[in-house]
Amino acid sequence: MSRLSFSYFPGCSQTGSAEEFGLSTEAVCAALGIDLEELPDWSCCGASSAHMTNDLLSIALPGRDLALAKKIGKDLLVVCAACYSRMKVAQNRILSDEALAAEVEAAVGMDPRFTGRIRHLLDVVANDIGMRDIKKWLRADLAGLKAVPYYGCLLVRPPEVCCCDSVENPTDLDRFLKALGVEVRPWSFKTDCCGGSLSLSRSDIVEKLVNRLYVQAEHAGANCIVTACPMCAANLEMRQQPGKLSFTVVHRMPVLYFTELLGLAMGLDAQSWFKSHLISPLPLLKQLDLVN
Amino acid sequence: MINTVNRELEKALQQRTGQKVRDCYQCKKCSAGCPIAFAMDLVPHEVMKMVQYGQERRLMRSSTIWLCASCETCTTRCPNEIDIAAVMDGLRQMALEADETLGEPEVGMFHKSFLGGIKYTGKTNEPILIGAYKTLSRRLFDDLGLGAVMLAKRKIKILPRVVKDRAGMRRIFDRTEGGPK
Repeated sequence: MSRLSFSYFPGCSQTGSAEEFGLSTEAVCAALGIDLEELPDWSCCGASSAHMTNDLLSIALPGRDLALAKKIGKDLLVVCAACYSRMKVAQNRILSDEALAAEVEAAVGMDPRFTGRIRHLLDVVANDIGMRDIKKWLRADLAGLKAVPYYGCLLVRPPEVCCCDSVENPTDLDRFLKALGVEVRPWSFKTDCCGGSLSLSRSDIVEKLVNRLYVQAEHAGANCIVTACPMCAANLEMRQQPGKLSFTVVHRMPVLYFTELLGLAMGLDAQSWFKSHLISPLPLLKQLDLVN
Repeated sequence: MINTVNRELEKALQQRTGQKVRDCYQCKKCSAGCPIAFAMDLVPHEVMKMVQYGQERRLMRSSTIWLCASCETCTTRCPNEIDIAAVMDGLRQMALEADETLGEPEVGMFHKSFLGGIKYTGKTNEPILIGAYKTLSRRLFDDLGLGAVMLAKRKIKILPRVVKDRAGMRRIFDRTEGGPK
C-alpha cells in the first residue's frame, strides 16, 4: 500500500480542551505511517454558533481552511466530528453554488473551491487501512474493556455528507473496536444527541441528556464509552462531575477517544493522554492490566 | 388563536434556506425523535405548522428555536426531505436580524461569546469563551468547581492560541456581517 498523505486540520478542541485527542491522533498517524501536513495558520470552523446565527459566516469560516487545503492540494484529514461536519457542508455548498463560492472568496481573500476529499480518521482506518490490516499493527489485546460506541450526531448526520455506513445504526466504530479486541456492548443510543451546544447555556437540559446516556451505557454492561467527537467527550465528562448534578446517581464512567485506544493497542505511550481526562480511565485500565 | 394565514414567512425561509416547509404533512416524526422536545415550548412539528400559517412573532420569540441543538435527527428522518434543522437555523437568524427579544437569551449570549472569540483570535479558546459568556450572562458563579478541575487537568489553557492572520479573520466577520455587533 502506498503511503497515505494528507493535509491536516487539527481543530481548536484538539489543541485545547481535547488535547489528548489531538496528541493521540498525531501519534497514531505517525506510527501507522500516515503523513500529516498541518494547514498553516488554520482557523476555527465556527462550529454550531456560526451556522445558528449567520449562514454566510458559517461557510466562510471553514471556507478559509478549505482555501488553505486547496493550496496544499492533498486530501484533508479532520478528526473532530464537528469540524469534519462543518468542513464537508461548506465544501458541498461552495462547489454546488457558484454565487456563494464567489461571496466566500471575497470574504476570505483566497480561493475556497477545494475539490480534494475531506476524510475523517475513522473512515481512513476503516476503509484505507482496513479492519483486517489494522490488526497487523497491534501489540496489545484490549480484552476486558467493554465499550459502547458513541457516534453522536456529527459523525453520521447529515448522511449526504458524512462517512459512516448507516445513519440510524452505524457500525464503523463497532467494527473498529472489535478489531482492537474490545468487547462491544449493544445499545440503542449510538447516535443520540448529548446536547453539546447547550452545555454552558442550558446545563440543566444537558445533564438530563448526559445522565440518560450513562444510565443506558451501564445497562448495556459497558465499562467505558468510546467516541470520535470532542464536544461529546467534553460534555459527557463535564456533566457527570459530582456536586454539579441535579440527580442522585453520580457516574464515573470513562469516556475515551478511538485514537487513544488505537494507540494503546499499538503499544504507544498512552499514559499522558489518559491523565488529562476529567474522569480518569486509569483505574479501569490498571485494573485490566492495560497500563502499568 | 390562528385565524390568518400568511405565506410570507414560508417564502422568506425558502429563500434563505432552500427548504419548502409547505411539504410538511404533520407526520410528527420530527417531534417524536427530538431529544430536546421535553424542554421546548413548541415541538418541531408545531414549528413547521406555524411556519405554514405565518406565525412569525410567536416563532421569533419561542425558546424552541434556541434549544434546538442541531443534532439533525429530524432532518434525517423527515419523509418529505425537509431539512428541519436548517429551518431552525433560518428562524434563529431571522430573530437575530429582527432584533427580537430571544426566547433563550443565554443561548444567544453563548453564541455571541463563541463568535466574538473567533473574530479576535481566529480560534476557540476556552478561557475567552467562558469569560465572555459569564460576563454577558452574569452567571459568574456557575460551574466554579468544574472550572477549577478543568484548570488542574489542563483542559483550560491560560495562554490563548491566536492566528497570525488576524486581519483576515476580521475581514471575514466584516464581510459576512457576522458575530457580535
